[in-house]
Amino acid sequence: MFEIFQNYGSQLWSGFGYTLLSSLYALIGSLVIGTLFALFEISPMKPLRVIGKIYVEIFRNIPLLVIAMIFYIVVPQYFAKIDGFTAGTIGLTIYTSAFIAETVRAGIESVDVGQMEAARSNGMTYIQAMRFIILPQAIKIVVPPLGNQFINLVKNSSVLAFLAGFDLMYQGNIIASTTFKTTDTYFAVGLLYLIITLPMSYLMRYLEKKWSTEGDEA
Amino acid sequence: MSMIEFHNVEKYYGQFHALKDINFTVDNGEVVTIIGPSGSGKSTLLRCINGLELISSGQLVVNNYDLADKKTDMNKMRKNVGMVFQHFNLYANKTVLQNITLGPTAVLKQSKAQSEDEAKKLLDLVGLDNKANSFPDQLSGGQQQRVAIARSLAMKPKALLFDEPTSALDPEMIGDVLQVMKTIAEQGMTMVVVTHEMGFAQEVGDRIVFMDDGRILEDRKDVSEFFKQPEDKRAQEFLSKVIKHI
Repeated sequence: MFEIFQNYGSQLWSGFGYTLLSSLYALIGSLVIGTLFALFEISPMKPLRVIGKIYVEIFRNIPLLVIAMIFYIVVPQYFAKIDGFTAGTIGLTIYTSAFIAETVRAGIESVDVGQMEAARSNGMTYIQAMRFIILPQAIKIVVPPLGNQFINLVKNSSVLAFLAGFDLMYQGNIIASTTFKTTDTYFAVGLLYLIITLPMSYLMRYLEKKWSTEGDEA
Repeated sequence: MSMIEFHNVEKYYGQFHALKDINFTVDNGEVVTIIGPSGSGKSTLLRCINGLELISSGQLVVNNYDLADKKTDMNKMRKNVGMVFQHFNLYANKTVLQNITLGPTAVLKQSKAQSEDEAKKLLDLVGLDNKANSFPDQLSGGQQQRVAIARSLAMKPKALLFDEPTSALDPEMIGDVLQVMKTIAEQGMTMVVVTHEMGFAQEVGDRIVFMDDGRILEDRKDVSEFFKQPEDKRAQEFLSKVIKHI
């Protein structure tokens, strides 16, 4: 395995970089979009609720690879050409956002309804109540399950390999097929994924523990 | 002048008829207590007043805002009508001080310094000036409820609604909360109080309303006479049970 790193190190680390970048974009994107659709799902306005529900149910129930392929192959036929990295990252963002929407929705709904009623009685608008009272409380509830989603996201980014996305899995496949050192190569690839996911795992556990023991800060 | 006016108000939850032909007026500065068995519609009536529940038909005017009109800005109306809940509902993610200052800063756009200054005076009023930096879960129920009252007062409301404010409290905590409410009442605040505290109703209330099965069955200004001799049969039964219980 050491040899693989020595001879193909630059290729592996380049793949690592693309995986990290794609994951980072998708993480930020899916968190924003997912939270938005979670807010749609619990909105007092029915049309928004319907839109939220449809979005979640569609993208949660289609395989990630299919969504990614649609952006890689179908979209370019009608609109602009998209490279593999971008198509894969968009697919990953949309797919993950559906799961994040469900996670955030559940978190918001687990905040006591009295909190919203008190905020509204206090004169706050729905949006102010969400911003100052409900979401800050929901975030703490949502962090552990959200952490799982983010770890899944990093692992799912290997879908880029199918779309020539230059990610870690893509580079691994190339190295394995040129050197035939499949065992060493895929062990090296696995190790590099762990470098991203293990710290995330520990960070989540740390936050979970920290927030369950201490009171609350505004 | 009247602060709250119900005219022929009906409220349904699906098939359930929660409020039946409610006609009821609260004048400025009046302290009205509402009593009655649970499920009689007392809390629903109270929650309609600040738009937490919408009425199904009839007319409801609060501080000159027509709540039956869909165009009415509920947020504006609520600035002037505070509410104190049975389970306090303090903001769990905010300190006591922040619980009180959030409304004035976010809604009334007051400066932080002014809001904190006023909040400290209110904490003084409710006897909790040493708890400003505590979080709600570090306080007893009675303390939480007094903070909730201070939070409502910080908005300088024209009326305050109390939804069974002492029902979730340990008996030894009730007195402190009632004392604070009495002080506010003496300062001329318009108050509507849903309660099981007959002593408070008798001592502080200007008027007493008895509800059962979604209807107002008795509405009297001679509060002590009501306790001696309620006219309605169900009010008689209710009172005899409550008093026997005591």
